[in-house]
Amino acid sequence: MATADDLKFQEFDDAANLLAANPDATTISIDEPVEIPKNQHSRLQEPGREEDDELLGTDDSDKTELLAGQKKSAPFWTFEYYQTFFDVDTYQVLDRIKGSVFPVPGKNFVRLYIRSNPDLYGPFWICATLVFTIAVSGNLSNFFIHLGKPTYHYVPEFRKVSIAATTIYAYAWLVPLALWGFLMWRNSKVMNIVSYSFLEIVCVYGYSLFIYIPTAMLWIIPQKVVRWVLMVFSLCLSGSVLVMTFWPAVRDDNRRIAVATVATILLLHALLAVGCLAYFFDAPELEIPAPIIPSH
Amino acid sequence: MTSSGLHVAGAAKMAAAEGSGAGGTLFPGLADVSISQDIPVEGEITVPVGSHSPDDDYSTLDEPVKDTIMRDLKAVGKKFVHVMYPRKSSALLRDWDLWGPLVLCVSLALMLQGGSADSKDDGGPQFAEVFVIIWFGAVVITLNSKLLGGTISFFQSLCVLGYCVMPLTVAMLVCRLVLLAGAGTVSFIIRLIVVGAMFAWSTLASTAFLADSQPPNRKALVVYPIFLFYFVISWMILTFTPQ
Repeated sequence: MATADDLKFQEFDDAANLLAANPDATTISIDEPVEIPKNQHSRLQEPGREEDDELLGTDDSDKTELLAGQKKSAPFWTFEYYQTFFDVDTYQVLDRIKGSVFPVPGKNFVRLYIRSNPDLYGPFWICATLVFTIAVSGNLSNFFIHLGKPTYHYVPEFRKVSIAATTIYAYAWLVPLALWGFLMWRNSKVMNIVSYSFLEIVCVYGYSLFIYIPTAMLWIIPQKVVRWVLMVFSLCLSGSVLVMTFWPAVRDDNRRIAVATVATILLLHALLAVGCLAYFFDAPELEIPAPIIPSH
Repeated sequence: MTSSGLHVAGAAKMAAAEGSGAGGTLFPGLADVSISQDIPVEGEITVPVGSHSPDDDYSTLDEPVKDTIMRDLKAVGKKFVHVMYPRKSSALLRDWDLWGPLVLCVSLALMLQGGSADSKDDGGPQFAEVFVIIWFGAVVITLNSKLLGGTISFFQSLCVLGYCVMPLTVAMLVCRLVLLAGAGTVSFIIRLIVVGAMFAWSTLASTAFLADSQPPNRKALVVYPIFLFYFVISWMILTFTPQ
């Protein structure tokens, strides 16, 4: 039975004093929540970096990041774990799409819009829409290009849907995987201020592909110049989103490696666009005047 | 229904106990009568069972096969009618079944066969492709709505999405008939209008059934994949060109 003395509030000494009294006691140290993003350390250590502050968003992002850091606690074999990746509302998805289409110079897409709440809804459904848009637009544009010809028989070209799906999903998921692995490796060698989780990288790539959906629809227009202008324009927009996201992550590294990384990101992005244009959309043919056969 | 006959034998102890208890109050003269514990009681108690007794569920083994099949067919038919005139009723959701979606999917995939098979690579969708697109697409949409926090169950959602393919199957039938008459511009315009109308009908019907089970600020996120799903099926129907 506990006496009244035992139940009185007791002042405990410092951990240090207690430990000095009993050096062999087992101790437990409770750290701060695991998911404090590294940019918080940057705020304490390098107050001179205003760029980072701008890139890191406003003050309330602190709270959301701290709170968000504790939310993914369900084990990965439960359904609730995957529900945490779909914790977005309609207006949030629309905001993120808007942010990818109108990149604000100097603002980091991840910090501004994702804010430690990466979602898988956007990347998955934007990729699905892009696959079907490219297949349907390619089919339509081929139909219009070859329309007047007597030897042309319309085919739905359904095989191309599977090819489009494989290409686009591979790009949107394997390239982020490779990039994340590369950034983790460089992180272990050079202490980078900004680092992203795998899902955030997938998010950026997924949302940056959104601009290609209206571009693919406009590619139906059978003019070579129009198509290339559209391609360059959309490449600039989505490429700038990617560059502004990843430049802070590699900037502290060896100059040549940083530039090479960003150049590779842009090159792969351009390759995807050019490849889709070349494969799914037949080249619009030039008007050839019918040869005049002199009659004797 | 057959009547059940019950033969009772040997409930003597209960009867004896009740008898002596009752004798204490009702028949004072018999209070000291002791009844032997081993009197066998025999008889036949027939209870005519009406046709609406709950024992029906356990005796469907005895009903004619026609009744069994007609009951399921009527359930499927009732759901088709609900899709034709979509109101906010819960009949589709309550008793889900996947017979209707299977029949619709198979008939749609069969009707999409036989289209421009001149080159193996560029033809229309094969049977397996249509099947996979419909079922895999429905599963993905259901998973999507559950991950976004919807309260509908997995098979209920599959049931609704499958039954709402019915207007598009009707459109496919109409398209095939129109194509029998000719494949010119006029027939294309007719097909475009029919497929467009049926696509809108399918999307609105399935949204009417599924929208209530979603959290209110995510409704658009759930409706958009359904729109995409029926759009892809409509595209396959519209671009069907016979060989």
